[in-house]
Amino acid sequence: MGHTKHNPIVRALFNDDDIVLSAVKDLRSNGYEVSEVYSPFPIHGLDEAMGLKRTRLSLAAFFYGLTGLFFAAWLTYFTMISDWPQNIGGKPNATWFLNMPAFIPVVFELTVFFAAHLMCWSYFAVNGLYPGAKAQNPDPRTTDDHFLMEVQLEGDEEALNAKLQELGALEISKIEA
Amino acid sequence: MHYESQVRNPLILGEKSYSDITNDIAKPVESKAPRAWWIAFSIAFVMFLWGVGNILYTIGTGIGVWGLNKTVDWAWDITNFVWWVGIGHAGTLISAVLLLFRQKWRMAINRSAEAMTIFSVIQAGLFPLIHMGRIWMAYWVMPIPNQFGSLWVNFNSPLLWDVFAISTYLTVSTVFWYVGLIPDFAMIRDRAINPVQKHIYKLLSFGWGGKAKHWQRFEEVSLVLAGLATPLVLSVHTIVSFDFATSVIPGWHTTIFPPYFVAGAIFSGFAMVQTLLLIVRKIFKLEDYINIEHIEMMNIVIMVTGSIVGVAYITELFIAWYSGVEYEQYAFLNRATGPYWWAYWSMMTCNVFSPQFMWFKKLRTNLVFTFVISIVVNIGMWFERFVIIVTSIHRDYLPSSWSMFSPTFVDIGIYIGTIGFFFVLFLLYARTFPVIAQAELKTILKSSGESYKKHHSEHGAH
Repeated sequence: MGHTKHNPIVRALFNDDDIVLSAVKDLRSNGYEVSEVYSPFPIHGLDEAMGLKRTRLSLAAFFYGLTGLFFAAWLTYFTMISDWPQNIGGKPNATWFLNMPAFIPVVFELTVFFAAHLMCWSYFAVNGLYPGAKAQNPDPRTTDDHFLMEVQLEGDEEALNAKLQELGALEISKIEA
Repeated sequence: MHYESQVRNPLILGEKSYSDITNDIAKPVESKAPRAWWIAFSIAFVMFLWGVGNILYTIGTGIGVWGLNKTVDWAWDITNFVWWVGIGHAGTLISAVLLLFRQKWRMAINRSAEAMTIFSVIQAGLFPLIHMGRIWMAYWVMPIPNQFGSLWVNFNSPLLWDVFAISTYLTVSTVFWYVGLIPDFAMIRDRAINPVQKHIYKLLSFGWGGKAKHWQRFEEVSLVLAGLATPLVLSVHTIVSFDFATSVIPGWHTTIFPPYFVAGAIFSGFAMVQTLLLIVRKIFKLEDYINIEHIEMMNIVIMVTGSIVGVAYITELFIAWYSGVEYEQYAFLNRATGPYWWAYWSMMTCNVFSPQFMWFKKLRTNLVFTFVISIVVNIGMWFERFVIIVTSIHRDYLPSSWSMFSPTFVDIGIYIGTIGFFFVLFLLYARTFPVIAQAELKTILKSSGESYKKHHSEHGAH
């Protein structure tokens, strides 16, 4: 959406999730670009209606988990087999593979640890969430029961305002870029 | 699109709008604490201080101040550890497993259940730390070379697996909880009038604004975390049971332990959720959100897991007899008829017999009865761990060293202290955090709200 940054934005406030969802569909089919919707809760199907791509966070989590798996395998190999092998309880630490059953709990836990934590850090990072960050929603009512839509203004402002009114917007305002 | 079968009971009672949900859930945070809260908090805080004193005494003097002896060298410390870890299982079960199964009734209770999980795992973690004796050497359990030379921790040891399991569980549950809390903190931030309060919730809410892309990521992250937390929660109590199962003590060396412990953990955890939420819904007037439907569902889980635990107890007895090993047979005979018979039969009564009342709809929808049973179950589950641990070791292979265990005031004090600490944390949470995941709850208002369902049944689904 970088190329439309310089356009003015029209903000429209709604008070129902179903109305917002059908408004987004309507506007998009009429050639408007809905660049953002602020909502108090996730609206099922909104991402698709806005044309958002699927998030790749779950794929990232898979690779984070793999990192944890290999780290744990290396850790148990290095400490138990290579650096200081010991005969514990009559079970000589000959090869990693033969001792592997005893390492499964730790390998599993570290896989989950890496996948979960790194995914959450990534989630905070890509969303720009950090302690004390400025509230991202321009209107405080959007965490209660209102829904704020941002539409890129290209062409006739009057027509867009009329359209938004017709779609059920309660308040309409224009923000210069 | 917001349709749900009329066969299902509504989950949100009354004529509610999105804004009503916001107001009802923000209210306990924004209003003054009720008198009952202050009374409960004072009692919990005194218990907590008593526990701190006993812990300091233990650390300063050594664990000789406990009632342990040469035969019974593990008793209340590990009993309390397993008891608290077990209670800590319901939160993740509710938020993760029920999310994967798309059980919408979880939404009203998952926040408090997860809080309970985190707070009880903190209590659990205290016991191994204190039991180390020299707590200032606690970093030795980390995989760093001992004395910073080349001797490493022993990855073959179930006690070390526990370190990894419990710390992964505690930290992952915390981030899972926090990711869900952020939108709700933002809700409180956006309506706060007091500038100090506004600033605190601004810090806590990380700037959340509810953008469409962020909600999409939120749902994906919640789903993946649930997928990760489900095997994690099962692994944690499995690994706790390995502390016993991988030993060669008759009564502990049992392959049935992992599923048996996990079922017991869910059982006791749901009982604790029940105890806490019955009070929370009453004091904070959240009966419309945590209603009889939720309580009945949890009672059914308690009934099923209690019965699984019962099957496990009986299987243990059968296998002891069937094994033909006389030491194994004696361990169980001694449990049921030896000097600790009262502990064994308390366990049996509380855990196997009492949940069977829940077969009756009248009883499982009765609040007072539910409250009593939820406490009985947690007493029973404490006895279960005591029975497994103490009765298996108090009569070992050498009859001349047979002995009994009696706790000292320090054993009792530390246990009381952890109960106090738990309630201190939970009461602080209940006053300052949104106790229901309101953002998630709003997504089911139109499908599971009572007034919307009534509207659907009168005007047809559309």
